[in-house]
Amino acid sequence: MKKKTNDGTSVNSPLLRRPIQRMFFVFLLPTFIAFCIGFVYPFLQGMYLSFCSFTTISSAKFIGIGNYIKALEDATFTHAFWFTALFAVISVVLINVLAFLVAYLLTLKIKGANLFRTAFFMPNLIGGIVLGYIWSMIFNGILSKYQTSILMETKYGFWGLMILMLWQQIGYMMIIYIAGLQSVPEELIEAARIDGANRWQTLIHVTIPNVMSSITICMFLSLTNGFKLFDQNLALTAGQPFIFQDDGSQIKTTEMLALNIYNTFYGQSSAARGTGQAKAVIFFVLVALISVIQLRATRSKEVQQ
Amino acid sequence: MSKTRLNIITAILTVVTIIHISPIFVVLMNSFKANTYVKTHTFEFPNEQTFVGWANYLKGFTFGNYPFFQSVAYSVVITVLSTALILLCTSMAAWYIIRVNSLLCKIAYYLFVFSMVVPFQMVMFTLSKTADTLKLNTPWTIPVVYLGFGAGMATFMFTGFIKSLPLEIEEAAAIDGCGPLRTFFLIILPMLKPTLISVGILEIMWIWNDYLLPYLVLDRTLYMTIPIHIQYLQGSYGAVDLGAIMALIILSIIPVIIFYLTCQKYIIKGVAAGAVKG
Repeated sequence: MKKKTNDGTSVNSPLLRRPIQRMFFVFLLPTFIAFCIGFVYPFLQGMYLSFCSFTTISSAKFIGIGNYIKALEDATFTHAFWFTALFAVISVVLINVLAFLVAYLLTLKIKGANLFRTAFFMPNLIGGIVLGYIWSMIFNGILSKYQTSILMETKYGFWGLMILMLWQQIGYMMIIYIAGLQSVPEELIEAARIDGANRWQTLIHVTIPNVMSSITICMFLSLTNGFKLFDQNLALTAGQPFIFQDDGSQIKTTEMLALNIYNTFYGQSSAARGTGQAKAVIFFVLVALISVIQLRATRSKEVQQ
Repeated sequence: MSKTRLNIITAILTVVTIIHISPIFVVLMNSFKANTYVKTHTFEFPNEQTFVGWANYLKGFTFGNYPFFQSVAYSVVITVLSTALILLCTSMAAWYIIRVNSLLCKIAYYLFVFSMVVPFQMVMFTLSKTADTLKLNTPWTIPVVYLGFGAGMATFMFTGFIKSLPLEIEEAAAIDGCGPLRTFFLIILPMLKPTLISVGILEIMWIWNDYLLPYLVLDRTLYMTIPIHIQYLQGSYGAVDLGAIMALIILSIIPVIIFYLTCQKYIIKGVAAGAVKG
């Protein structure tokens, strides 16, 4: 009996199955062992440690949900959450509008479209740390004319990070949009034109509905990228400027979630590591939730097509 | 669309593109200026007063008591070894998962998919401790960590492609007496080439630019990668030589740009494929 997948093609046969299965140690085991070392074990241990008080793993003591309560009561964490959420939402809108616009213009059969595409995509290959320092030099070059710097005000940090993200991500999303736009059948556009639709109407009623799957993918990609942002945040502002609270603790006003977790682990005293691990679990649940919603959104789109 | 309109759009795009890539040129300009002028004369061409020639580059090589070329070498070692290991191991695992399709395979597959939605911060502390205990903290052993943490996406992309391969070829090979190993390396692997390139490019882009994983896992007194090196130099506030850092940034971008311009076609395809699958 051949097993069938959804689309009716068989993926295995008894003729092949047995001999391959005997080679388990060669084919699957190496990856699986590495996967256990690099993911499964650290993940489970991390889950467990989020319920413990610890500075090193051997000193872990089970304390229940205390870490989670501490994490949610932590003003720096809630600040980082709202900062991240605001940043992610605004960046999703800006990145996608601009990337779609560029992709749309580049698919209009203009001269040198490939050259423009090459140039727009390039910043995406530069790593987050390097990007952060490139832009910190540029922003400080501008702001020093006004006797200030990017580290002086939260809004500078926020919009600085936004410009950096736009610079890095527009090219990436543009590639996905171009692929989507090129797959829209030309007859559809032509038919709409013959029926008397102008360019704008064609775009809204024909082109955009046909690239909905690209739009969904890009929206969620940019949303998770915004939420998971770390390197750029660390390199550009490292959370500065700080404001001091009444109890002497400080809030790093441009610190995002990932950096907040990192600082909880490695920044202050190592006594807060349990809280850090609890924050990491909350962060994981948030990111996973976005991914699940994305999966359902893309699935439902596929059914409609 | 009328010719004049297209020309106007082309003109606007040209201007926008020039602005878009200008930050790279600002960095290049500043890499030839003395430290004190980078902040005050950021957007001016180097002149007699500010120009220092190759001094920043020479300085950058040995800045911070750690030779820069050593970081470059470690970055290359880690990226090449990890990518090769990931491509080899996960393509084999993906073929096994699809063709054997046992309960264990299904469990492994769903674990791989699950790992794709877990952010690195979730495992960063425990992973770095585990890697330390197992002595995976050198450039020659860290590929195992990358294989472990990166297995999810790579396996997922390979399984997606292998599902679409026709069984008949492999069956014919089996009837002719070809064992699984030979079938995989002589028949499957050549057919996987487009996916190998896509996955390879995504892994290279990830590992070459990765900061936090190597920073936490590697023994930092001995080994640095390019991002760690640049962060390390900037981190020492006060004594930062901006000119030298700009020179190092240029040196670290050059290989990326060469890589991009030579493999552009594949990179753009790989990105589109990775986005749709991931």
